Amino acid sequence: MKFGSAKRVVALAAAALLSAGVLTACSSGGGDDGGSKTLNVTLANHVWTDVITKKIKEFEEDSGLTVEINQLSEDQLVDNYKVKLNAGSSDVDVMMYRPLQVGKLFGQSGYFADITDRVNDAGDWNWDDFQAGPVGLTTYEDMVVGVPMITENEMLYYRKDLLEKSGLEVPKTMDDLMNAAKTIKEDNDGVAGIVMRSQASAAVTQFSGFLYSFGGTWEDDSGNSAIGSDEAKEAYAFYGKLLHDYGPDQISTDMSWPEAAAIFAQGDAGFWIDASSLYENVYDPEKSKVGDQVGFAPFPEGPAGSKPYNVAAWALGINAASQNQDNAWKFIKWATSPEMTLEIQKEGVPSARTSVWENPEGTSNFPEELAKAIQVNGENGVGNDRPLVIGVAEAREIVGAPIVEAITGGDSDAAADEANQKFQDLLDSEK
Amino acid sequence: MTTTSLNRSSGTERVSRWVNDHRKWIFAAPAMIFTAILIGFPIGWTIYLSVTDAKGSVRAPADFIGIENYIDVLTDVDRFWPAVMRTGVFTFGALAVELVAGMAIALLLWRPFKAQKWVRVAILLPFVATPVAIAMMWRLIFDPNIGFANRVLSWVGVPPQPWFSEPATTLPTLMFVDIWEFTPMIAIILLAGLTSLSDEPDEAARIDGANAWQRFWYVTLPLLRPVVLVAVLLRSIDALKTFDLLYVVKGQGGGSFHEAETLNIYVYGLSFKYNDFGTASAVLIIFFLMILVVMWLLTFRRKGAKL
Repeated sequence: MKFGSAKRVVALAAAALLSAGVLTACSSGGGDDGGSKTLNVTLANHVWTDVITKKIKEFEEDSGLTVEINQLSEDQLVDNYKVKLNAGSSDVDVMMYRPLQVGKLFGQSGYFADITDRVNDAGDWNWDDFQAGPVGLTTYEDMVVGVPMITENEMLYYRKDLLEKSGLEVPKTMDDLMNAAKTIKEDNDGVAGIVMRSQASAAVTQFSGFLYSFGGTWEDDSGNSAIGSDEAKEAYAFYGKLLHDYGPDQISTDMSWPEAAAIFAQGDAGFWIDASSLYENVYDPEKSKVGDQVGFAPFPEGPAGSKPYNVAAWALGINAASQNQDNAWKFIKWATSPEMTLEIQKEGVPSARTSVWENPEGTSNFPEELAKAIQVNGENGVGNDRPLVIGVAEAREIVGAPIVEAITGGDSDAAADEANQKFQDLLDSEK
Repeated sequence: MTTTSLNRSSGTERVSRWVNDHRKWIFAAPAMIFTAILIGFPIGWTIYLSVTDAKGSVRAPADFIGIENYIDVLTDVDRFWPAVMRTGVFTFGALAVELVAGMAIALLLWRPFKAQKWVRVAILLPFVATPVAIAMMWRLIFDPNIGFANRVLSWVGVPPQPWFSEPATTLPTLMFVDIWEFTPMIAIILLAGLTSLSDEPDEAARIDGANAWQRFWYVTLPLLRPVVLVAVLLRSIDALKTFDLLYVVKGQGGGSFHEAETLNIYVYGLSFKYNDFGTASAVLIIFFLMILVVMWLLTFRRKGAKL
């Protein structure tokens, strides 16, 4: 009968349509038998990642696992985690993350698997070999949640030829730096004395060394905002003056490290202050016009001494919702083993293992001056480079506003007072 | 169709007759239900989130706080209202220029000429290129230190301009890129409308002695009205939601002074950077209502407009 068949067709079509929807919804959940042979590893774009991906075959052969690498840029990485981890998705097993940026938030949200027992029972892998500062950052409320694998500290990059031309010494203090930047700008037409980050939230990490060296902090001992203090105001004004007076002629307020590094690598600036891990961008002759003229120096001394940041930039953690945690740990153990760490550090990625730094081979491929400067910074360093709160992104925009105000020649003291109030509100809301 | 007599109708037949009478609905039902769920659920979920204090993680427990988020948002003169204003300036400023320029281009291409095909293709290029790639390209061109734009200006003796790097010039420069990118789309829609018009009214006006401008203003434009409306509607909804261009050029928060922070960029920052899902959802609902109002103003207020 005609209508009967019509009905059946409709019913079938509806059933097919709906079940298709339901089925696809299920299959993306990554049903797992408690240890699948496929391991999902999410990594950020980084030299470390490039080295590891070349060696991944070795790990696959040894372990019999298949590694699926999902590689993203830093911004996309965080967004990707937030979507997937919020949904409790299990298709992320190993996650590369920035402890300073998301450590508190992810820890509080319960996204990390507790790996305390695993690191302590790993024998030769030797958890005690990792530097204390970085380990502090990958620990959340006494639980170890990550293994730090990349460290960085605040480096003063300079142009040997320009310093020589103007008869200048390598700056040791903040005042030296200001004078040297001024002289280079005056002596060379079209060359900036110094270039640094100028975008409000990007500049915060590089500003932190100035803040500490002028005797300031983000928060005082009782957890209240301290960015309205005289020391902080002095640091804001100093950082801003450097760029406003002796920076590039057309100073933009959008510069993060790629823009600043590009100007330095083009030969258009005398100094550049940024993370030690970025040295390849201005030292490698393929990327830089002035590679053979780049010098490296420890962070200059302010009134409170030389206090650059010295931090664990990246770490590897395991997703708490992963069904494949044993294999995820296998991967982390392999990627952060003493031998592998040495291999990777020889490619120019500073590690968090003491033994690798003590081994002459570990620094054999670094420019000698860089290795020395990293060591000095390591001794003087402060273990964080941004406010350690849950809402890091919001905090960075707030405490970064006076930096930009100072760079553009505005009233940075008033901006610091205003930021102080906003930062205090943020701290209060997290209590 | 059916020949069953009414007094002998059994249950099955009654059902099949009902099915037969409503078949257009029955056939469409699965798709309609599916679509309703796909559209309804996210909106419902957003409304639910907007009345809670969800923060940090969606799975973290959230409390019902009524319309507090809405009050917070609507009284926020720091970020919300400036973002609304920028959204309006960006959308309608760019749209006005796009409409005039698009109309001019469409009129130029209306009458056949040699190489018309090539010109049409060339004009469409900005519109078919990938938005993110376009944004990257303009960002490089307008770079204040190494950009091509300032170099060109220096050849003609104009001092370098800040373009994207100063709050005052950022939004106009962004609007320029938007205009460059989407004028072709408007032009193509209007051209399609123009070619479908019949020639008689135009000829009649010509015989009556109307000049070119009068013929355009009193004959062509009124006839083209529905098409213009479609173009305006499509483009304004799209422009209100612009994200890629702004994000690629100015990044998170629309720059150091939030100078390019439109509503869309603001909401993205609220949810993905600040993890403030409650407030973000409230802004989204307000934004959604704003778009609905704009659409209503454009369509239903006009008498006799058929879309």
